Amino acid sequence: MNMIVRIILYIVLAPIVGGLLEGIDRKISARMQRRVGPPILQPFYDVKKLFKKQVIIVSRSQTFALIPYLFLMILTGSMFFAGMDILMCFFVMSTAATALYFAAMVTSSPYATIGANRELIQMMSYEPAVLLTCVGFYLAEGTFNVSEIAASGRTDLLFMPGFFVAFVFILTIKMRKSPFDTSTSHHAHQELVKGLTTEMGARNLAIFQVTEWYETVFLMGVVGLYLINSNPMSIIGAIICILVVYFLEILIDNSSARMKWEDMLRITWIFTLFTAGVNLLVLMLIRL
Amino acid sequence: MTIIPFLILFPFIVAVLMYCIRVNKVRNAIAYISAVIVMCGTFWLVAQWLLGGAKPVTISYSTALADHAIFAAEIALMCVVTILSFKYKKYWISALCIFRTLMIMYVELYAPVKEDIAKIYVDHLSILLCLIAGIIGALIVIYAVGYMHGYHHHHTGIEDRRYYFFMLLFLFLGAMFGFVLSESLLWIDFFWELTSVCSFLLIGYTRETAAINNSFRALWMNLLGGTALAIGIFYYAYKDGDLALHHLVAQGVLHDKYAIIPVALIAFAALTKAAQLPFSTWLIGAMVAPTPSSALLHSATMVKAGIYVLFRLAPAMMGTTTGTMIAFVGGFTFFVTSVMAIAQSDGKKVLAFSTISNLGLMVACAGMGRPETIWAGVFLMIFHAISKSLLFQDVGATENCLHSRDIEDMHGLLYILPRLAMFMFIGIAGMFLAPFGMLIAKWSAFRASVDSGNIIMVFFIAFGSATTSFYWTKWMGKLVSHTHLTEQKIKDITKKNEVISLSIHAVLMVALCALFPLLSRIYVDPLLDEMYGTAGTVLPQSILYLLVVIILFIFIVPFLAYRYSRKQHYNRKLSYMNGVNVGDNKNFVDSFGEEKNLWLSNYYFYKFIGQRKLMVPAQMFTLAVLIIMMIMVIGGAVA
Repeated sequence: MNMIVRIILYIVLAPIVGGLLEGIDRKISARMQRRVGPPILQPFYDVKKLFKKQVIIVSRSQTFALIPYLFLMILTGSMFFAGMDILMCFFVMSTAATALYFAAMVTSSPYATIGANRELIQMMSYEPAVLLTCVGFYLAEGTFNVSEIAASGRTDLLFMPGFFVAFVFILTIKMRKSPFDTSTSHHAHQELVKGLTTEMGARNLAIFQVTEWYETVFLMGVVGLYLINSNPMSIIGAIICILVVYFLEILIDNSSARMKWEDMLRITWIFTLFTAGVNLLVLMLIRL
Repeated sequence: MTIIPFLILFPFIVAVLMYCIRVNKVRNAIAYISAVIVMCGTFWLVAQWLLGGAKPVTISYSTALADHAIFAAEIALMCVVTILSFKYKKYWISALCIFRTLMIMYVELYAPVKEDIAKIYVDHLSILLCLIAGIIGALIVIYAVGYMHGYHHHHTGIEDRRYYFFMLLFLFLGAMFGFVLSESLLWIDFFWELTSVCSFLLIGYTRETAAINNSFRALWMNLLGGTALAIGIFYYAYKDGDLALHHLVAQGVLHDKYAIIPVALIAFAALTKAAQLPFSTWLIGAMVAPTPSSALLHSATMVKAGIYVLFRLAPAMMGTTTGTMIAFVGGFTFFVTSVMAIAQSDGKKVLAFSTISNLGLMVACAGMGRPETIWAGVFLMIFHAISKSLLFQDVGATENCLHSRDIEDMHGLLYILPRLAMFMFIGIAGMFLAPFGMLIAKWSAFRASVDSGNIIMVFFIAFGSATTSFYWTKWMGKLVSHTHLTEQKIKDITKKNEVISLSIHAVLMVALCALFPLLSRIYVDPLLDEMYGTAGTVLPQSILYLLVVIILFIFIVPFLAYRYSRKQHYNRKLSYMNGVNVGDNKNFVDSFGEEKNLWLSNYYFYKFIGQRKLMVPAQMFTLAVLIIMMIMVIGGAVA
């Protein structure tokens, strides 16, 4: 019962929370750039407007690929908040990401194709860190099950700081923040135009946007999982941690220039190997 | 169970027929019928065995006649290899073959071996391999009849020796049945040798220079493994006097000191068969052969034989130096070859690399030797066999239509050859996407390597799955992209029998995905029970429920999406090209003001991670690891 309530809460609240987070993101970014910035509810206005616009598309199959993207992402988040296997969550997430890749590829538009190819490289960059994060939870708690991890008496962050750092690092890629916004960025005036989303318009772009919100909430949930334990007070700690991480991402976004994808891949892998890898070694030793 | 000698002997008889009949129509008809008979025979064997209670069955016929026949056949094989080696001036390869055959013959004639060794052993694992060889092997034969017709139609420069080709295919099938059903190490050795020689002859079928060179490479690598196998058998015959495989494994589990060296040598031999580094190059070279033989070599038989042996030995390898060596080589191969696969644009090469890579994962599972890893390995084997066989046949059929198997030429295949593209899509999805079994197997392998504290394996799997997804996804992306190729009509000339084989594979693929939990409970768990004597399910219930949900999702969502996108009113426009479009999505105006064709390409990074760059260092490294570890194992056992 509890599980179903949590799933419904996620499905209903995630777009709202995700949209608000993006609104805050835009506001803070604007202030960092000494602009006034849009109202916090701007993302919702945008999406509302996108739904009303005339549908202009290059390829009909794009919607066909984008809807699985949305639904698989919802499934990922629902599985996570229902407390199921975390490794499975990420597997489904990568299937969702594949659907997004198809949505960009079907158009055969040059900019969308470049964006899609880079999105694939991004996936390759962050996947090891994601898988290792799951291993970290497994080593610290002895289970992949999210509800058991959350209900245990331990604060996982203390056992897995290396994994945490690696995860925050790849969050920058996942949230399409500079310096790793190689596949598509929030700004359309650059060399790859809008990359992945170049050919998405109207309702399709709205679907993409909403899916990103679902994704953000899911990823922030994983960040929170590092702090949550059997003590109810830990939820407050988790929320503070999420806000700090989110602010950090905004700060990184606004203070760095885009990187080449080769560097992104190299740096991410090496960084993962050193932070998550060393942490993994230590945890294994403790366990043995 | 008289069906067993029938299953082994029948393909041999058909092979002789294939060679004798030179009328294509008659031969094709016999090939069809025989393939169906082999399939039915396999089902018959399974049914009989299930009715008998699905228990391990040991059978010893009075085998003097069979032993003599095998003895004679072994000499014949040696002669074939020697003659061909001399013909093509590869003298030292014949030395390898003569050496190992003489050793085996010596064991047969003079070694102090117990007489009443069981010859045949039937259990879950061998039945599984029989099913793979029987069903997929027979399907490939059906496919091959149509394919070879088209092949000789296009390759007029190659002498039409289909009688010879089909003879080899059936020899192969017979050898495979013999191999997985044998209990006596001497029999295993013979069938092992037979598969090696068959693959050698199949690769050299076209008699082109590249084919001949590659076939000899395959031969010497497999013979090297065969030699290790022969030495292992020789040693064990003299030290223990028993030549039953299960006896060896049982001794190995008890860490009997006479079993350590044979287990290590046989495991080494299996590495060469499963094309692990440093012996991977033979499998890549095997791609010059016509597609059915590469499909057969890859998916149904040859390479799975290596994995089969490793699974058999797994309990004896658990926690030993040999196990560590096998697991490391497998894991390393999984990662490095998946990286190399990224740099390939030839469809068949990608399949070859991904085969080696997936085999690496199975080898690693066997090397770790725990029940959970074997569980994962068995599922990897099942799903890999089906989806690879599907993919190989599909790439072959696509090549016949498109006259190219380059992935770049498959841009928009979904709109050019929709049927073949759909099959390809299913095959690729089966290799890495949720909810197909490969992924679950990977999940299980991942968890088991954490459990066994194998840190290096954890890294190999984490990084290896990232690279694996990369090369598969970019291939899939090529298929779905709207075409930018110039308008040329391409006709789907795939023969009906090819389509039948492809459809059965695709249906099997999807059915297995749905029946996966059931399969795990009624088949794979008892298999582990037989091997380890411990019952218990590897897959937690929660994962099963999850799977059901995901499967429902995967099938319902695209349906909804289709309905939705159908209803949508839309305004179709050209894609964005900075305003230099020329009226369609296929051309643009370049900086000289001229019209230019748009060509979209995937990333391959071949300058950084190509085969040329990585293969030799990887081979050197694994060779060093193998040598050092083998010295440790053998030295440790002798001392």
